[in-house]
Amino acid sequence: MEKNNEATILQLQLQMEALQKKVQRLENNRQDQLSMAIVSGDMDKILAAMIISLAAAAMDTQVKLFFSFWALAALRDPKKNPKGKDFISKMFGMMLPKSRNNLKLSNMNMAGMGPVMIKSLMKKKNVMSLDEMFRQAAELGIEITVCEMSMDLMGFKKEEIIDYPHLRYAGATTFVADAGESAMQLFI
Amino acid sequence: MTTEELKNVAVAKSVDARGTACPGPLLEAKKAIGTIGVNDVMEVLSADEGTKVDIPKWCNKQGHEYLGFVEENGYFKIYLKKQ
Repeated sequence: MEKNNEATILQLQLQMEALQKKVQRLENNRQDQLSMAIVSGDMDKILAAMIISLAAAAMDTQVKLFFSFWALAALRDPKKNPKGKDFISKMFGMMLPKSRNNLKLSNMNMAGMGPVMIKSLMKKKNVMSLDEMFRQAAELGIEITVCEMSMDLMGFKKEEIIDYPHLRYAGATTFVADAGESAMQLFI
Repeated sequence: MTTEELKNVAVAKSVDARGTACPGPLLEAKKAIGTIGVNDVMEVLSADEGTKVDIPKWCNKQGHEYLGFVEENGYFKIYLKKQ
């Protein structure tokens, strides 16, 4: 009888340890963190991404943004002039928005009238400008990861990317790893 | 708390976020909450309808006690107690 009890306890202990490990792993997979893949370069979508990010940061949620493809245009600094681009990169650079303030609307762009109207409406309705949102994001420690491969594909150079305190260059694996441990993942 | 009780509550900090739309009021609340002590009451003034729904959710997440809101002329006063 005594021996039986000991064996049961030992078994329970082992099960307990296995459970603890499992819980730890699950908890690690659901950190209070928001991972967002931002692929669109439309003004409205960048605005949505930034508003959601700021709201999450206000909730003390760690925010990690992964900028890729068309969204890279929103990270360009119009004051910077990178040298040594090939012909196609120069064309891309000319045809894509020069900065977050030159983005187009996905709807009702009306050859640039739409963004002008939205910006003036935002001002009137006290909605933060994209400039202000990026400033707040920097202050709140929101991280931006720039997709290295997209940079290369679109011919953007690091020298033309905005100065942002929490910015790094990485690949899709970094996004997947970040997203894997986040309780929230979004794709815009 | 009833509207009457809320109007008479001692407020340790008042955050006037009427000049900013979503998510501005939440960001201002987050910044201000660090400046008051536990059990102090903070009021957030917002002209944004959404804020009165957002603040209770924010309180719930952050562990603060949401007390209620009072509707003023064209804006809301939202009350919470820091925990």
